[in-house]
Amino acid sequence: MNRILKKLQEDKKLLSIYFTAGYPELTDTVNIIQQLEQSGVDMIEIGLPFSDPLADGPTIQESSTIALKNGMHTELLFDQLKDIRKSVTIPLIIMGYFNPMLQYGVEKFCKKCSELGIDGLIMPDLPLDVYQEKYQDIYKKYNLSNVFLITPQTSEERIREIDTVSDSFIYMVSSASTTGAKSGFGSEQKQYFELIANMNLKNPQIVGFGISNAATFNQATALAKGAIIGSAFIKYLSKNGIATVSDFVKRIR
Amino acid sequence: MSYHVNEKGYYGAFGGAYIPEMLYPNVEELRRSYLNIMQKDAFQKEFHQLLKDYVGRPSPLYFAKRLSEKYNTKIYLKREDLNHTGAHKVNNTIGQILMAKKLGKNRIIAETGAGQHGVATATVCALMGIECIVYMGEIDIARQAPNVARMKMLGASVVPALSGSRTLKDATNEAIRDWINNPIDTHYIIGSAIGPHPYPDMVTRFQSVISKEIKTQLLEKEGRDNPDYVVACIGGGSNAAGTYYHFLDDESVGIIAVEAAGKGIHSGESAATSALGKEGVIHGCKTLLMQTQDGQITEPYSISAGLDYPGVGPMHAHLYQTGRAEFYSATDQEAMAAGLELTKLEGIIPAIETGHALAIFEHKKFNPDDLVVLSLSGRGDKDLDTYINYFNL
Repeated sequence: MNRILKKLQEDKKLLSIYFTAGYPELTDTVNIIQQLEQSGVDMIEIGLPFSDPLADGPTIQESSTIALKNGMHTELLFDQLKDIRKSVTIPLIIMGYFNPMLQYGVEKFCKKCSELGIDGLIMPDLPLDVYQEKYQDIYKKYNLSNVFLITPQTSEERIREIDTVSDSFIYMVSSASTTGAKSGFGSEQKQYFELIANMNLKNPQIVGFGISNAATFNQATALAKGAIIGSAFIKYLSKNGIATVSDFVKRIR
Repeated sequence: MSYHVNEKGYYGAFGGAYIPEMLYPNVEELRRSYLNIMQKDAFQKEFHQLLKDYVGRPSPLYFAKRLSEKYNTKIYLKREDLNHTGAHKVNNTIGQILMAKKLGKNRIIAETGAGQHGVATATVCALMGIECIVYMGEIDIARQAPNVARMKMLGASVVPALSGSRTLKDATNEAIRDWINNPIDTHYIIGSAIGPHPYPDMVTRFQSVISKEIKTQLLEKEGRDNPDYVVACIGGGSNAAGTYYHFLDDESVGIIAVEAAGKGIHSGESAATSALGKEGVIHGCKTLLMQTQDGQITEPYSISAGLDYPGVGPMHAHLYQTGRAEFYSATDQEAMAAGLELTKLEGIIPAIETGHALAIFEHKKFNPDDLVVLSLSGRGDKDLDTYINYFNL
C-alpha cells in the first residue's frame, strides 16, 4: 500500500511540513528531511523550486529564487534523493509547478519519482481536466498520488469531482490567498471547515495556508485529518538555519 | 486547418488554462460567459460607441507614399498610434472594462511593462469610476516614469513588483497573485493575447476591430478588402492578433510577425520567442516560451519594453508552428533605425515596438504591386528618452 494511505489510516492528526529543496543551502535537502522525520513529522512536501511560483507568497518565492541561485534543478534533486528511502520511511511528496515537470518529461519524471520512493505529487497549475485526459494513467502506472487543491471558492460540484479523481487526500486551502499571506483563522474559515467536513468526502482533507503554530494547527485539524506548514517553516529556517529543525516541530505539537 | 480557438481553449497544441485551483472559479466564470456577454447587441453597441467617440476610431488607414517609394511596394499604415492613449491597447481595455461591469466586478487589476497597458487600463477605470491597481516591475517603474505619472493622475495605484527580475513577467505574476487573494470582487484585465483561456481569445476579439476596419478601408481605397500581406510586431501579440484576425482563414493574405531580437537572436539578450522558445507553460497557458533546459523561465531582453516578454500568445505559437505566419525578428538597432526612417519619410514618430514591424522592409523584399498593411501599433512619445539617448539627439 502507498505510504500516504497507510499514514492517513493512523489514528492521529497529521503534521505535514513543506520546504524548498536547495534552501537555505543547496545540499540541505536530505538533512532537513531526516530531521523532520526524527522530530515526529508525519509527511513531507519537498518543494521543487520554480522561477515563477504563481500560487506562492513572498516567503516561498524568495526561498525558490535562492534555491535556484544556489543551483537547484530537477535532476540534482533526484540525485540528492537517490538513497532517501534507506533512512526515511514517512510519505514524501514533491510539490512544484508543471513546467519543470513538463520539460523533464512527465512519464520520465513519474518513473524517477517512483524509483526514488516518492509517494505523490502536488502540481497546483496542472489542471484537473488535463491530468485526467493526459496524465492520470501515467501517475497510476507509477503508483503516484496526485493531490488536488480546493479553496473556499471551489463549488460543491467541483469538490465532488476532485474527490472522485483523488486517491489519497485533498489539499484544502484555508482561505483565498497565496501561501504565507494570512495567519490565523476567523469565523469564515471555521464555517468552511465545517462545510467540508459535512460533505463526507471519500478522501480525508489536509489543511494548508495560514498555519504557523500550535494554535492554528489545532484549529485547522479540529475537523480535518491534518495540516501543512510551509511559509512559517521557511521563515524559521531563514532565521535559525537547519541545526534546530526539531525545535520548530516541537512548538507545533 | 483552424487558426481559431477550439471549444476547449486550444489553438492546435497551444493554449488551455493551466491555473492553480484558486483561480478556477474566476476563469471558469469568464469562460462560461464571455462570448454571451460580448455578442449581445447592447454590449456591442456600447463598445463601438466608446471606440468611436472616446478612442477616436476608426483609426485611419494611411497610404505611406514615400515609404512605399523607398521600398518599391505599396505600404499602408494602420494608424493605431492615433488612438486615445497612443496605442492599440485601449481597444482591449474598453472591451474588458465593459465585461467587468457585466460580471459585477468593482475592482480592476492589471499588469504593465512599458506602462501603455497600465495607462489604457487606468484610463478606462477613470472613465467608469472603478478602482484600479496596476502592477509594474520595479525596474520598469524607474525607466517609464512619465507613464507611472499618467497612471497616478488617472487615479490608479501603481504597485511595484519586487520579485524575480522586477519586469513585465513579474508584474504579471503579482497581478495573478492579487487575483488569487481577491477572488470575489476583482477582474483582471490582461493586456496581451496571453494567459489562461479565454483571455487570448477575448483579447483577440476586442482587438479584431483593427483588421475589421482594414477590410472596409482597403475596399474603399483599393477596391479589394484583402491585402497581400499584413505585418505586425509581436511581444505577447495583442496588436498582431487584432491585425491578423479577419485574415486568418484567407490564405491569400500573407501573415508576417516581427519579434524583438534584442542585441541579436543568439546574443543571450533577445526576446525572439519563436526562435528561442520551446513549448512550455507560462501565466496559465501552454505556448512557446523562453526557458532553461530545466523549465525555468528565462529573462528576455529588448530595447522596447512592450516586446520584452519571454512567451508569445498561444494563437501565434500555433500560427508559427503550422507555418501560417512567417516569423522574422529585428534587432534593437534595426528597429531604432526603422523608427527614425519612418519619422523622416512620413513625419510619424512610431513606438519602438512598431519600429520592429517597420524593420521588415530590410528583411523581406516585396513585389512592386504587393499591397502591404502594417500595423502602426503605437506612437513614440513614450520612447523619446530612448530615441534621444540612442541617437544622441
